[in-house]
Amino acid sequence: MRIGFLLREALRSLRRNAAPSFAALATVLVTTLVLGVFIPVVQATTGAANEVRARVLLDVYLDVGATPGDRERVRALLQNGTPHVGRVVFVSKEAAYRQERKRNPEAYDLLGKNPLPDTFRITPDDADNLAKIKDALAPLAPGGGRVVADEAIAEVKDRRDETDKILTATRVVKLSMALLAGLLALASTLLVANTIRLSLYARRREVEVMKLVGATDWFIRWPFVIEGVIVGALGGVLAVLMLGVGKVALIDPLAADFALIAAPETIDFGVLAALLIVAGVGVSAIGSGLSLRRFLRV
Amino acid sequence: MRASEQHAGRAAPGAPDPRPVVELRGVSKRYDSGSAGLDQATFAVAAGEFVFLVGATGSGKSTVMRLLIKELEPTSGTVRVAGRDLAEVASERVPYLRRNIGVVFQDFKLLPGRTVYDNVAYALQVTGHSRREIRAKVPDVLALTGLSTKLHSYPDQLSGGEQQRVSVARAFVMHPPLLLADEPTGNLDPQTSVGIMQLLYRINRTGTTVLVATHDKAMVDRMRRRVIELRDGRVVRDEASGRYLPGDESAIEALTWLPAGAEAEAR
Repeated sequence: MRIGFLLREALRSLRRNAAPSFAALATVLVTTLVLGVFIPVVQATTGAANEVRARVLLDVYLDVGATPGDRERVRALLQNGTPHVGRVVFVSKEAAYRQERKRNPEAYDLLGKNPLPDTFRITPDDADNLAKIKDALAPLAPGGGRVVADEAIAEVKDRRDETDKILTATRVVKLSMALLAGLLALASTLLVANTIRLSLYARRREVEVMKLVGATDWFIRWPFVIEGVIVGALGGVLAVLMLGVGKVALIDPLAADFALIAAPETIDFGVLAALLIVAGVGVSAIGSGLSLRRFLRV
Repeated sequence: MRASEQHAGRAAPGAPDPRPVVELRGVSKRYDSGSAGLDQATFAVAAGEFVFLVGATGSGKSTVMRLLIKELEPTSGTVRVAGRDLAEVASERVPYLRRNIGVVFQDFKLLPGRTVYDNVAYALQVTGHSRREIRAKVPDVLALTGLSTKLHSYPDQLSGGEQQRVSVARAFVMHPPLLLADEPTGNLDPQTSVGIMQLLYRINRTGTTVLVATHDKAMVDRMRRRVIELRDGRVVRDEASGRYLPGDESAIEALTWLPAGAEAEAR
């Protein structure tokens, strides 16, 4: 009986306050839609940024006359004695020569012999830790310049310009994405709360009467919460439907051509849909429940 | 009239309860704006009494009403309803307090989208009454208030007097021991007002204590009930009920000199 009454009241008020209800539904729909587009875009962007960051490398050149013993000692130092080292790849002088020669055969033919040293190519566990590894392998000397941690190491070199550029660019991308996501979440919460407040304002008389005749606060709240759930669910489902149509019609044909769109880090559509509907329902239900507090203080 | 007699029979005044239904003791209320709502007001209303609360606008009549339903907290002093100190009523118990107090306002506070029947039933629905109880109680109280023929009308199809009757019916449908009316005739013409007063009087005869705030002096004089006058939040006059006992028929007689139309409205 009571549940029936509460449900009927919620539906009745949806019908009777069609305009504010529609406004709330449209708000939920639009914000969910934007969120639904935004989440995969953020993921793809940070995914791309991470991929770029993974290319940040540190080269450790050995002395030209380094023996195999030196080589193994340095390898052990890099793999076990240095923090933040992710992956170590050894490039022998022969391999380096072959590589470089392929790129510029005439120049290397002119040289006649192999001027390249053995190289360890280090990938840091995180691109931001590059400088730390460098400092560990080649600490700054008191008089300026650097001393090396092992006598067999000739030089530790990061590709400074490239690295700095990559790090700055990806950091900016990540930060601006986070900022945008935060602003969007704030804007949608405020919009939904405001719309719900409007529809509550339209019904303050009902709340007043309920208070006067002695309805409990929760009894007053339930129809509004149910209404919020219905509005949120409808908005969420509509948004997901529109996203689904957009995905099938626009993104899927493109995904075949563009690696970015098909980035494997992008969220699964089913999970995204569930997330959006839950968010829509949650925000509007909590929004109506909380907005009521002001009116309940009679 | 049939229904009213039936109710009157239910609460035939036997030995009156000596414990006051409403008791204010040294109650002051100061609003945040600095204006004084009440200043050391002290009075008590016994069970079954019909009391007028008079005074100019801003004298504190509404403050008393709002204190009694715990919509406001007094700045100092004690407010008791049915012997209970309202300061000790926890906020989550306030709805249950209000179920025992009917309230009628000058502006009726009816819900425009609902019929007369639904407006009255609403009070029972939101307090968790069963459908069976609602079907039993609503027609009864609508008969008592003379609205039996208007069940399916909407508030905007009714006259002011009829709307106020609906509001009284809603306040009384749970048969509360205490009924508060804040300027119930403030929006009504004098003839219609008499009808509403007679209705409140009839409700009083069922044993319900009635407290009416009004500035309609003529009405108060005519009814000859106990009068508490407030001025700037102080009780300046309390004409004890001794002269006119509750249930005194002279009040109704006093109304009979009015034009016949007034009585017709009352029915």
